[in-house]
Amino acid sequence: MSKKIPLTGDQAVAYAMKQIEPDVVAAYPITPQTEIVMNFSSYVANGQISTELIPVESEHSAMSACVGAAAAGARTMTATSANGLALMWEIVYIAASTRLPIVMPVVNRALSGPINIHCDHSDTMGCRDSGWIQIYCENAQEVYENTILAIRIAEHKKILLPVMVCQDGFITSHAVEGVELFDDKKVKDFIGEYKIDNPLLDVDNPVTYGPLDLQDYYFEHKRQQGEAMKNALTVIPDVSKDFEKTFGTKYDFIEEYKLNDAEIAIVALSSTAGTVKFVVDELRAKGIKAGLLRPRIFRPFPKEKITKALKNIKAVAILDRSESFSAEGGPLYTDIKAALYDSGVKPLVSNYIYGLGGRDIFPADINKVYADLQDVVKAGKVKTALNYLGSRE
Amino acid sequence: MAMIEIRWHGRGGQGAKTASQFLGEAALDTGKYIQSFPEYGPERAGAPMKAFNRISEEPIYIHSSVTNPEIVVVIDPTLVIAIDVIGGLGDDGVLLVNTDKSPEDIRKATGFKKGKVGTVDATKIALETLKLPMPNMPMLGALLKVNSLVTIDQLSERVRGKFLKKIGEEKTNANLEGIKRAYNEVKIG
Repeated sequence: MSKKIPLTGDQAVAYAMKQIEPDVVAAYPITPQTEIVMNFSSYVANGQISTELIPVESEHSAMSACVGAAAAGARTMTATSANGLALMWEIVYIAASTRLPIVMPVVNRALSGPINIHCDHSDTMGCRDSGWIQIYCENAQEVYENTILAIRIAEHKKILLPVMVCQDGFITSHAVEGVELFDDKKVKDFIGEYKIDNPLLDVDNPVTYGPLDLQDYYFEHKRQQGEAMKNALTVIPDVSKDFEKTFGTKYDFIEEYKLNDAEIAIVALSSTAGTVKFVVDELRAKGIKAGLLRPRIFRPFPKEKITKALKNIKAVAILDRSESFSAEGGPLYTDIKAALYDSGVKPLVSNYIYGLGGRDIFPADINKVYADLQDVVKAGKVKTALNYLGSRE
Repeated sequence: MAMIEIRWHGRGGQGAKTASQFLGEAALDTGKYIQSFPEYGPERAGAPMKAFNRISEEPIYIHSSVTNPEIVVVIDPTLVIAIDVIGGLGDDGVLLVNTDKSPEDIRKATGFKKGKVGTVDATKIALETLKLPMPNMPMLGALLKVNSLVTIDQLSERVRGKFLKKIGEEKTNANLEGIKRAYNEVKIG
């Protein structure tokens, strides 16, 4: 095994971007993503890579420049957080509907207001319907590997959709962990060369990007976008298998941790899933059959995988690090509940909104949820479906 | 080795984050799993801040901040009474303080009855070696005396690697000298 290097999540992403060496990166720095742009800029400035780096004046311009570059046929990346993502919103949708395989690491941060720079998932959950594939990573190693994997997913001819690679702001982006880096050439060989079918700049074969598309064809184009997302469900496993063959790590849509014989389970994304694993180990030592389900990919939504994983669980708590203000629970909760409806799998399900604006989530909080789940199993019903975990009453 | 958790208390600008990072990196060099991260609040020079380490032979899953450390390192002497530095520190824990006072004085000031207390005048050592009031590197030396997470040589190699290009040979050596002096001068009681 190669040696591990001490890196923050942001540094790990910047290093992955260096190895990918996209043709174009257009980015604007924002906390807690800043270190990605800072480190990547120095790779460019030092002449270590030949990426065309466009330091734009806003995120709206960053994504606009990415759309132009990607349409021209360039392998294109950017990175952002929270309000930066919000500012590029309009173009985020255009990138997806123009079917441009842009890869964007997103360092999850609470969306204002009130203004806050710390972690929650309100930024990326807000654009879960934007047509981007979304991968949520647990730690720095995973962020590094998934940034590389995302290139192949985005550029696959049956997909051609942009991908967000999400990590938890500060918790992952600014914590130093040991990260094992891949060989430069292996990364280059894995991602291959990017060849676009219809480049905007091919003057001998002129094409149009971004025209007015009204009642006559808009619908069909949106439907094609939907089909591409469905294709992603079948294509991602193939690309992941190739990744495993090359680099050794096996990635599925979901990760199951001691779920096989579990009676009670928590569903959580990103770094919180790590803390849940820690608690599961403690509970297992006491003979309590606790487990964890961590969806890695949230868009497309891996319905079959999730319902199958929950099939023998008696009570499930779904943790959401964002509030969707539907008055009916967070986004992960409502999606999973909808998936269970016609699956025949009917565990007792409850929702916990937690960690907004960077509120820390401790093992004691997770233990409380598992204790609640034990009560739910005993009572045979959910007393309170919608809960806030770690908030003052 | 079970997982060791460390909490650093300092003031913004005193290098608690850097110390925690160097320790983590030195432990990573020896093949251990590590985490090193500061608590990010409103970042102001002089404001109390915390940094954390986890070091383990096994993969580390937990991602919350450290609430029940085995070791607490206080880089700024004024924090001993300003904040609850012994919060969550167990009876067999270690409280290590940069101060010119004795371990007995620190026990009295903090109310930390059991466990070990280590004291070292890291600011004085830094002033004499580095000619700067930067007590963070000496505190690393003192820490290794109370828990041999890595050897002084392993730490020194990492510190040299981090500092040499940035601050030059002379200042790097001054830092290494400060680490060694604190290792030898720390009083445990």
